[in-house]
Amino acid sequence: MSAPEAQAETQTAPGGDAEGSTERRLNMIEAINEALDVTMARDPDIVIMGEDVGYFGGVFRCTAGLQEKYGRTRVFDTPISECGIIAAAVGMGAYGLRPVPEIQFADYIYPGLDQLISEAARLRYRSAAEYIAPITVRTPFGGGIFGGQTHSQSPEAIFAHVSGLKTVIPSTPYDAKGLLIAAIEDNDPVIFFEPKRIYNGPFNGYYDKPAQPWKKHAASIVPEGHYTIPLGKARIVTEGEALTVLAYGTMVHVAEEVCRQKGVDAEILDLRTLVPLDIEAIEASVRKTGRCMIVHEATRTAGFGAELSALVTERCFYHLEAPVLRVTGFDTPYPHSLEWAYFPGPVRIGEAIDKILSE
Amino acid sequence: MADRPDSAAGQGSNKPSLSLHVPEPHYRPGDAVDFSHVDAGEAGREPRPDEACDPAEMRDLAYGLIRVLGDDDRAHGAWDPKLDADTLRTMLKNMAVTRAFDERMFRGQRQGKTSFYMKCTGEEATSISASMALASDDMVFPSYRQQGILLSRGYPMIEMINQIYSNRGDKLKGRQLPIMYSSREHSFFTISGNLATQTPQAVGWAMASAIKGDSRIAATWVGEGSTAEGDFHAACTFAAVYNAPVILNVVNNQWAISSFSGFAGGERTTFAARGLGHGIAALRVDGNDALACYAAERWAANRARANAGPTLIEFFTYRAEGHSTSDDPSGYRSAQEREEWPLGDPVMRLKRHLIALGEWDEERQETMDREAAEMVRATTKEAEANGILGHGLHHPFRTMFEDVFEELPWHLREQAEQAVKEREIKFPEGVPK
Repeated sequence: MSAPEAQAETQTAPGGDAEGSTERRLNMIEAINEALDVTMARDPDIVIMGEDVGYFGGVFRCTAGLQEKYGRTRVFDTPISECGIIAAAVGMGAYGLRPVPEIQFADYIYPGLDQLISEAARLRYRSAAEYIAPITVRTPFGGGIFGGQTHSQSPEAIFAHVSGLKTVIPSTPYDAKGLLIAAIEDNDPVIFFEPKRIYNGPFNGYYDKPAQPWKKHAASIVPEGHYTIPLGKARIVTEGEALTVLAYGTMVHVAEEVCRQKGVDAEILDLRTLVPLDIEAIEASVRKTGRCMIVHEATRTAGFGAELSALVTERCFYHLEAPVLRVTGFDTPYPHSLEWAYFPGPVRIGEAIDKILSE
Repeated sequence: MADRPDSAAGQGSNKPSLSLHVPEPHYRPGDAVDFSHVDAGEAGREPRPDEACDPAEMRDLAYGLIRVLGDDDRAHGAWDPKLDADTLRTMLKNMAVTRAFDERMFRGQRQGKTSFYMKCTGEEATSISASMALASDDMVFPSYRQQGILLSRGYPMIEMINQIYSNRGDKLKGRQLPIMYSSREHSFFTISGNLATQTPQAVGWAMASAIKGDSRIAATWVGEGSTAEGDFHAACTFAAVYNAPVILNVVNNQWAISSFSGFAGGERTTFAARGLGHGIAALRVDGNDALACYAAERWAANRARANAGPTLIEFFTYRAEGHSTSDDPSGYRSAQEREEWPLGDPVMRLKRHLIALGEWDEERQETMDREAAEMVRATTKEAEANGILGHGLHHPFRTMFEDVFEELPWHLREQAEQAVKEREIKFPEGVPK
């Protein structure tokens, strides 16, 4: 890797107070677009493909302008076939390219599962490293945009369960750029989930209040050029003594707002990557606070929260002063009209905080 | 009970009752076999279009049967690849070695030296002749029955046996089911066990080669049964959309374990015709005719290399043996099928052709067969020095956790430590040799 390159370790996000700053500010879409641009300029083997990603620039605009800049053989539309998209990426990876396919919504990824689980994730192992799948599958996930059951799902646990896949979820523009560059440069297959509810602003859970743009948030200051955030390093969002909150994606911001409002001295960890997981940061925090709450938007049963809860219980049991709690979506499909009843919002999180602190 | 509208209840309805068609093969165990309904056609009958031909102008080739070797053992027609005698003898030798290899490995499984094996008996031409028509650095994405490609490309046989035995010499470190080879050096993709996944991957590889302005093409093999997978449809779509330099070989050997080709739609149309709906050039070829297999693959390779697009080739052949060591075909199909198969045996047909040309004789054939068997036996012995399955001579224990990722993450490191501890508990005196 070449300089200049920032390596963000386990620490708070750069920036400081956003007001009055003259630094460049990006929303998450722009940060992702810039990560793709920076890596494509550096590495001619990177290609982008997916439904509507070419001329149109993607339904969420993450690939806007890239086809014009890099040409139609490096950024192109695909047939509506997630199986074909992932499979072609695996074949391209075997050739020596570094494909970055986009699956338009995480809910659409299932036709490509066999190619991800049995192929991309297994190539290195089954061929004793003769063939690898250095591909990064980008896909928007999560609800809160009235997407109904087929545009709102959070299927991260399915992928975290598969040996050989890395699972990455950013929660800020700064992280999105650094993590995506790291994912693309990684030689293992990465599923990069983009929390689409916070593409344009750090949603705090209060859907009935005006949306906030990213430009008021410290982590919207995104350096130009190349930098990476190592996969497997959590970010301490707020330091605290009373309670550890493990979250990722949209829920980082919701948890932060609830803790702020309740005046809870919480230590919030943004996990950033589920596999590999920053177990050291989790253990250090829970041993300090003695309480652990896990927040994710995905359905509860066999969700990633179950894995986190088991790890914390196994490794920090004698430091715990209360049972580990999970705050999650319900075990239903994501309902259209009642999506805010499904969403693990401020009330559900607040109740859980009260409970865990009262134990 | 299923819901059913009153109008379909029968009484008083003038609508015909629907009935479900469940395919059934012509012959089951004990049945007398009559293949007179199989229209093999005459050798030399089919025209050979230009390689840049519009698929719509060569539709008939998806329904006919390209044959070169006639009943007179001579080559006929426009598809005759006009190979020199040395090349034909090399082809015959590759087939003889593959057949001897299959015999030995099958027996090795029966003797408990490994867990599993799959022969390609009767289908040798579909891999050997076809791959000989490609350049040695064209990338192949095989299914599980194309061992002939590796043997034709000069892959060391001992590496194949080491893999089959999962022994300490196995380059794949004992991780894969026997016969799931991989050799990047021989442009041979790692074989999956999930069917048809390699088909759209080959298209992706070909797309990459085209993106980079390379001159290498890709070829993939899939069984007719697996064309039912969505992956095959995705492969055809991507190949057509991007005009990818790829050859999609469908080996129609009639049987997918115990399910005949009817369960992949073979009762309705040919497998070559799958290409036409996608606008892909399609050829239907006598898969037991080594010259036709070579000629068709060469035609498709020329087409791909000239940027004229993909080709789907159906090799019409017959799986002479069981699917693998795990099934007994006498339990589901008539034993007469193999002997009655109207397209004969590919090795015998090529042998008789060379003899008809005055370039071969029975004595040389016997010598070649004997030498092939001796070579396989000697190589097997050499490989057995590296161990056979289940006798402890496998790769070092720690390799189990390697190559899941490029680097070992903490959770796998912990699990590896646990595994070492388990071994120490299980074998307190040390692991037995």
